[in-house]
Amino acid sequence: MSMEEKITVRKQKVVKSHTRQKLFFFGGLAIAVLLVAAFAPYLTPYDPYEQDLSKALLPPGNGHLLGTDRYGRDMLSRVIMGSQTTIFSALLLVVIITIVGGAVGIFCGWHGGKLDAFLMRVSDIFLAFPGMVFAIAVASVLSGGVINAVVALACISWPKYARITRSQAMMIKHLPYISAAKLSGSGTWKIVWKHIVPNIAGPVIVTAVLDIGTMIMEIAGLSFLGLGAAPPTAEWGSMMSNGRSMLQTSPWVILSPGCAIFLTVIIFNLAGDTVRDVLDPKQRKR
Amino acid sequence: MEKLLEIKEIKKTFYKKKIPFVAVDNICFDVEKGECFGLVGESGCGKSTIAKIITHLITPDTGSVLLNGEETLFLRGKKERKLYQDIQMVFQTPQDSFDPRRTLGDGIMESMRNQGMKKHQAKERMYELLEMVELPGEFASRYPHEVSGGQCQRAAIARALAPNPQLMICDEATSALDVTVQAQIVELLNKLREEQGLSLLLICHDLALVQKLCDRVLVMYKGGGVEQGVPDEVIQNPQNEYTKILVDSVF
Repeated sequence: MSMEEKITVRKQKVVKSHTRQKLFFFGGLAIAVLLVAAFAPYLTPYDPYEQDLSKALLPPGNGHLLGTDRYGRDMLSRVIMGSQTTIFSALLLVVIITIVGGAVGIFCGWHGGKLDAFLMRVSDIFLAFPGMVFAIAVASVLSGGVINAVVALACISWPKYARITRSQAMMIKHLPYISAAKLSGSGTWKIVWKHIVPNIAGPVIVTAVLDIGTMIMEIAGLSFLGLGAAPPTAEWGSMMSNGRSMLQTSPWVILSPGCAIFLTVIIFNLAGDTVRDVLDPKQRKR
Repeated sequence: MEKLLEIKEIKKTFYKKKIPFVAVDNICFDVEKGECFGLVGESGCGKSTIAKIITHLITPDTGSVLLNGEETLFLRGKKERKLYQDIQMVFQTPQDSFDPRRTLGDGIMESMRNQGMKKHQAKERMYELLEMVELPGEFASRYPHEVSGGQCQRAAIARALAPNPQLMICDEATSALDVTVQAQIVELLNKLREEQGLSLLLICHDLALVQKLCDRVLVMYKGGGVEQGVPDEVIQNPQNEYTKILVDSVF
């Protein structure tokens, strides 16, 4: 057994377990955040909607860990409750755009022809608009509400997924294994579902997980502008908007939901990075 | 001898940036039952296009392809799938011809499952097929990147044999393999032809291989057929200018 061999073996092991640890750590954190969001109503120390003006704008401490807002509602409870609205609408949004964009992209890539050209020009139009401006326009036409904010953001975000899946589908459809599947008597649906979808799922899932953070920001952004969740719904963006005017006198009102957004986005982005490392090892070497 | 496959006046033009390129020009030939028919010619002369036309991966501009005397070009849907029980193909790059996310066994079983065979039956037959192509049974659970090119090509042949085809098209099936593995695959094809009564349409650019395996050969040049006949005669005594060049470039 030579020295050299031993060294290479150890090197590989270290790199591998490192990715594993990162996946467990950030994946665990992301799942923890999701669990908090899922069980939010049971975790809040106070009722997030109960107003008590005698306790308005209490600073952190004294039984209210993050203080209270101007109606005397407990900030911690509202941040926990708000995670449900913000994170779940972001997840819903990502799921919608992945499915819609993916379906359009696979169809275009597989089918080609004039319909493909038409749909891709449509997606170009969506991509040409500055995203947030277009989302604001759509959201204001649809009027407020979280669901409408999700719809507005879905309108502007699906083309990215359509692009990714289209290019992948176009690349794969000319590979011999698709011809071989056809020669094995599989119909178009079967080929798309069993051979194309699994083979392009990797990069799409990575993009989707990385997008969760961005979508949380955008949903919170729309709510901040008053186009998302309507008051009194606890939502991070609208909570920040409420605290905007009191930044100097009672900063905890804007800082607690702000930090919540910051931490959640970081956690999901890092989790997405590690998912990419696992699913797409080629990228990691660069 | 009975004719299994007849190709009549096939013509196919591709357009690249609206400039026409004639890939196949008025090709006629037929493959008899149990025969090995060779299609030789340089790269880009339209050999693979013919294979794709026969297997419905490309539609020709004009001409007809008859299988057992019946027109196949206009078959769609169920009838088209039925055609694939009679005609099968082995591809040039073995590793690319298997879905990287599925095992070789899955790939071999796909056609049987599509025919409505039960899972355990298909599995049994899959192991038989692996035995036929001289691969151990454990290869069924391997992924394409876990096996060598030659082993993968054997699995591809097993997959092609699964529906009990009458005609097997080998589109440069040995050119991606190294010389010793090539010889093994050729031997395997020859054995299968004798045992199964399979007709082979061998597409390749290796004249020595054609001489060894084929009963008849068609030499193609720039989309057209230039010479047809028994390989020994064609190679010993080429009539056409291009055939002479082709033969000279080898020996």
